[in-house]
Amino acid sequence: MSPMSKIVRTITKFVYSIIIIFGFYIIVHGHLTPGGGFQGGAVTASAFALLLVSYGSLASKKFVKKDFLSFLESSGLTLFIALAFLGLGTTFFYNLLANSGGWFGNVSSVGINPGDMNTGGVVPLMNMAVGLEVLSGLGVILLVMAGAMEFTKKKENL
Amino acid sequence: MNILPHLPILIIALPLLGAFILPLLNRINKKVPGIFSVLILGASLFFTILVAIKVMTVGPQVYVFGAQSTGFTLPSGLKFPIRIIFEIDAMSIFMGLITAMVSFLGAVYSLTFIQKEEGLDKYYALLLLLTVGMFGMELTGDIFNFFVFLEIASIASVALISFQALYKGEPAEAGFKYMVVSSISALIVLFAVGIFYGQYDVLNLAALARLIKYSQLDKIALGLMVPVLAMKAGAVPMHMWTPDAYSEAPAPITMILVAASQASLYALFRVTFTLYNIQLNTLTVGWVIIIFGLLSMFIGVTMAIIQKDIKRLMAYHAISQTGYMLLGVGVGLAVLADPVALQKYGITAMEGGIFHIMNHAMYKGLLFLTAGALFYRTGTRDLNHMGGLAHSMKYTTIFFIIGAAAIAGLPPFNGFASKLLIYESVYRFNPILSIIAMVVSILTLASFVKVFHSAFLGPKLPRYKEVKEVPTSMVFAMAVLSGIIIFFGLFPDVIIKNLVHPAAMSLIEQVKYSATILGGM
Repeated sequence: MSPMSKIVRTITKFVYSIIIIFGFYIIVHGHLTPGGGFQGGAVTASAFALLLVSYGSLASKKFVKKDFLSFLESSGLTLFIALAFLGLGTTFFYNLLANSGGWFGNVSSVGINPGDMNTGGVVPLMNMAVGLEVLSGLGVILLVMAGAMEFTKKKENL
Repeated sequence: MNILPHLPILIIALPLLGAFILPLLNRINKKVPGIFSVLILGASLFFTILVAIKVMTVGPQVYVFGAQSTGFTLPSGLKFPIRIIFEIDAMSIFMGLITAMVSFLGAVYSLTFIQKEEGLDKYYALLLLLTVGMFGMELTGDIFNFFVFLEIASIASVALISFQALYKGEPAEAGFKYMVVSSISALIVLFAVGIFYGQYDVLNLAALARLIKYSQLDKIALGLMVPVLAMKAGAVPMHMWTPDAYSEAPAPITMILVAASQASLYALFRVTFTLYNIQLNTLTVGWVIIIFGLLSMFIGVTMAIIQKDIKRLMAYHAISQTGYMLLGVGVGLAVLADPVALQKYGITAMEGGIFHIMNHAMYKGLLFLTAGALFYRTGTRDLNHMGGLAHSMKYTTIFFIIGAAAIAGLPPFNGFASKLLIYESVYRFNPILSIIAMVVSILTLASFVKVFHSAFLGPKLPRYKEVKEVPTSMVFAMAVLSGIIIFFGLFPDVIIKNLVHPAAMSLIEQVKYSATILGGM
């Protein structure tokens, strides 16, 4: 893909970081508000899509590395399953941090309340793992598809 | 920490962990993934055998995810289970044993078969995920969870079927075909699950089985589930994906795919027997399944005879053999509401059908592996281009003879044991069905004689002068399968008494299945 006009690229510079922060917000607040790991990850990956469209696939390869993203993807998945294995003292997927007073360990209040970030036990951690996996997985898919487009274009020009 | 209560979950948790860690390990050393996945699947096989022993001696096992204890199915004051529950009865673990065996041997065989390809970490990660999907479909006691695992297995198998699509077009086409078929079937299964959830507000199979009323909506759900699961199992009117997918996938994957389609077959039996049981119009639904079986048997084998591509021929035989399982269990379903007939021949027919599932996975796996061995050395799947290979590939020849004799139902191999059970019992239900089954068996023998003649017999061809026996890991996988086939053929009564009969009974006794989780009789 070739880069788009200067207007689009400038706007991308402003919006890029905001989209990523919004995605992370959705991931981190997954256990309190609508959304979660998958949705937040998809929002974050849409920032990569914007980058690809506005700067073209060649230039964006300098910013986002496929190899690094696939490393992040597998580490996200490993983190997720490791958290599930941590509960194995009681049962698989047992929420051992909930109501323990430590990390994300506050007792969640019943009824209408502003929401306490420090609740949920391993749920927020799993949300983060899933978010990491989804943003890097979708990122890899986008990069590969952009690469494939380049490949077919080259063939057509021959 | 006491590991014993957690064995049911470790069967699927270990391959899942392995699949996620593999890409990381691959960064350290390119040779690790193969050996690592063999170890993981070996451990999984070991756990499956331990759980099987426990199920056979103690009774059905239950595992509740994330609860305070592994058997804590009903949280305080609730009448229905809310967590994801694994319920492992004799039928589940019977299928689990097949899956564990086949996927372990597939990984061993892959060690050398797929060595030269690129992206091996992805191949093994997907293989582990496919195994997880199959195990999950077989062990889960939750119908939504079943859908999730069905999707996992489908997506992993699509990617594996088209693994060699980089240089050739056909694997990509086969993968695409399978993708369309499996996404349609998964969506329809989800729709049926939605119907159940909308009516009864539970997703647990045991609770659903107790609540189900066989209302108009339930009939619609049944009508959606049966053809779709038969499609995933490769029964005839919906078999178009099978020859392509089986012949284009790498040989070890084809072997595992056979087990994956049997997992769908298991789901079909689970839905009809455990979920609906005698509330169904059993005679009608039983006959529908029997007709699926008859069509699969006959059309599968007649299509197989004219094939020239060795794996395509075997794929059509896989369809044909699926027909036997559908026939056996279908007869069991047709007489389910009639206790006298059920005792007289219904249970025997079901035992035959269920035993045939395991036998089929073993000998068809062996045959696909020998086809893979021929392809590995000669580079072709076309029977017209092979010949005289018995001179240079002695072990493969012997393994092929064992597999071919087993699939044709010759004694003393395992195919004979299960086919005899089916013939005898189905004859008492309807003699014509039994005669058709025998004719199909003869045609099967005819077509395998043809394969044997054109691939192995004859003078040594000059272009295969360099051909020698396949590497050890491939011989090992084939030898283990042959050993199992001969063992099952010589001592079928041991297997039937300890594994197959409890499996058939666990399908028939719906009340027991519910009581394991909900308590009370």
